[in-house]
Amino acid sequence: MKDDVIIEARNVVKRYYVGQPNELEILHGIDLRVLKGEFVAIVGASGSGKSTLMNIIGVLDRPTAGSYILDGVDVMAAKDAELSEIRNQKIGFVFQTYNLISRTSALKNVELPMLYAAVPRRKRIGRAKALMRLVEMEERMQHKPDELSGGQKQRVAIARAMANDPAIILADEPTGALDTKTGRMVMDLFHMLHKERGKTIVLITHSPELAEETERILTLSDGMFVGERKGLGHAPV
Amino acid sequence: MLLFENISLALSGLRANKTRSVLTMLGIIIGIASVIAIMTIGASMTESMQSSMTSMGATNITIAVSQKSTEEEISEGGMRFEWGPHSTEMDDDDLMDEEMLSDLKEHFSDNIEGFVLSEELGSGEVRSGQDYAYVSVDGGNDGYIEGEKLNLISGRLFTEKDQSKGKKVCIISDYTCNNLFRGDTEAALGKELSVVLNDEFHHFTVVGVYEYNSTYNFSTASVEDTETSLYIPLYTAFKEEHKDKLFSRVEAKTSLDTDVTSFLMEVQDYMNEHFYRNNKSFEVNCFSLSDMLSDMQNMMSTLSLAISFIAGISLLVGGIGVMNIMLVSIQERTKEIGTRKALGATNASIRTQFIVEAIVLCMVGGAIGIALGLGIGMIAAQKMGYEAYPSVNGILFSVGFSVAIGVFFGYYPANKAAKMNPVDALRYE
Repeated sequence: MKDDVIIEARNVVKRYYVGQPNELEILHGIDLRVLKGEFVAIVGASGSGKSTLMNIIGVLDRPTAGSYILDGVDVMAAKDAELSEIRNQKIGFVFQTYNLISRTSALKNVELPMLYAAVPRRKRIGRAKALMRLVEMEERMQHKPDELSGGQKQRVAIARAMANDPAIILADEPTGALDTKTGRMVMDLFHMLHKERGKTIVLITHSPELAEETERILTLSDGMFVGERKGLGHAPV
Repeated sequence: MLLFENISLALSGLRANKTRSVLTMLGIIIGIASVIAIMTIGASMTESMQSSMTSMGATNITIAVSQKSTEEEISEGGMRFEWGPHSTEMDDDDLMDEEMLSDLKEHFSDNIEGFVLSEELGSGEVRSGQDYAYVSVDGGNDGYIEGEKLNLISGRLFTEKDQSKGKKVCIISDYTCNNLFRGDTEAALGKELSVVLNDEFHHFTVVGVYEYNSTYNFSTASVEDTETSLYIPLYTAFKEEHKDKLFSRVEAKTSLDTDVTSFLMEVQDYMNEHFYRNNKSFEVNCFSLSDMLSDMQNMMSTLSLAISFIAGISLLVGGIGVMNIMLVSIQERTKEIGTRKALGATNASIRTQFIVEAIVLCMVGGAIGIALGLGIGMIAAQKMGYEAYPSVNGILFSVGFSVAIGVFFGYYPANKAAKMNPVDALRYE
């Protein structure tokens, strides 16, 4: 395997209720290869297996069969505690519903992945503040998530995803709950992280317009990839 | 590492749900408060007893005449015979006289330094012209007067002659002096007072004035109405009552190197052997303050045990309340747990977070309980006339117990949270 491959998934199958009469196969043998620094979109209608695939790419769930190697680590062979560490170190999640911890400040939210990685306090706070500056949220670091707008919350979530400098950023419908204007700002932020920071980004969406902005578009339908084409690779002019 | 973050997180959670937190902690607050209150009262009682014992002389033993206990015997034929006291009325023959006491002192001359003897005449009014004051009249020998530790302002204590001849002299308090002689302590000396006790008049000449110590006075009476002691010689008291010099109860002062506990038995055996052998109804019993103290401590620990049991039930209910609220809280925060897991939290760190939260909940409850219990205990101890001492053991025990409840009742919900599947937890709405 080449060094510049970040995601190498082969013949990934996911079944639910294994061994029961209502056994259900959601993914029917997916092959996915993502290179370092790529900006990839996975599109598909609801029910196509998008979420299931995202959970597997994000190491939240294990495939029933197949192989998955993320940044050189064999996920199939990892134990639960090792999966936690992989999520912590190699993946930055951005959710549609932001999923910020509501009782603590924006800054503390960004610190959280570093807290689980046992980064020393001083370094942790320094890095969290730098990331808040990067997403232009330094004015509102001490605010609680409830006091922020949707766009601001998503920017904090992106800063949090960057906290441990992960191998990939996994964004699940990141603009789904935002209006067009703030959604645009969030997408611009992803382009910036991709271009200026060289981040590998996997965007999962049902919107063809958003997918068009990425470098490569994979279409998922009924648990299988049915199409692959090149995208613009930048925001629409 | 994460401990500090977990604690501050738990505290902010408590603040966010104040009513819910307080209601949850109520069982623990009540349980801990009752334990602390009873332990504070207990500690105050024993501490006060101990300090008063050292000031009164713990080496005193009390020798008292008491009724013989009834003995039962069952004959071969199954008949019951009661061997009991033949009469229950104590008469002069049953009491101890001075002869017995001097014999006892002679026999145990190494151990007995003297006797503290007193005879109370009762409470009444003392009058001089139109003025009056309330007094209780106490007759006492030198040993008794010495034990009272009087602080004389003017005049003198009783002389040997006052005691042996039973002279009609008295020592009054400065309160009495204020009422009768407008505080002129020198003018009071040599004045004759009439004391009315049970409609009988008694006359005594003032020989001394002492300073009344109001520190231990918890009565609500005004200074003018406060009843103070008026001391007269022991023999005088008997003469006023037209009684012989006989005692049902005396206190003996023992020398410092005496082992009180074993000496008690020696005295008791000697007295019963020599003077009460043929007495069918009465015998002599000896006890000391330290005996009484240990009796009281036993009683207190039994009481503490009973209250602790009730408190234990309250703590158990409180602990179940904590467990319940933790389960609710975990249910509510399923999505947060999922998010934390997505960000790299291990099962262990989720478990720690919720156990710490349960411990913080219990410890805040425990702290409120301790404060409340100390308040109640100290006020109660003071109302009962004891100096208030907080029970350090009780506080340490309560803190430890709060933590234990937190761990015990927090573990199950925390473990439930830790074992959540991240995918399901994230999808939870």
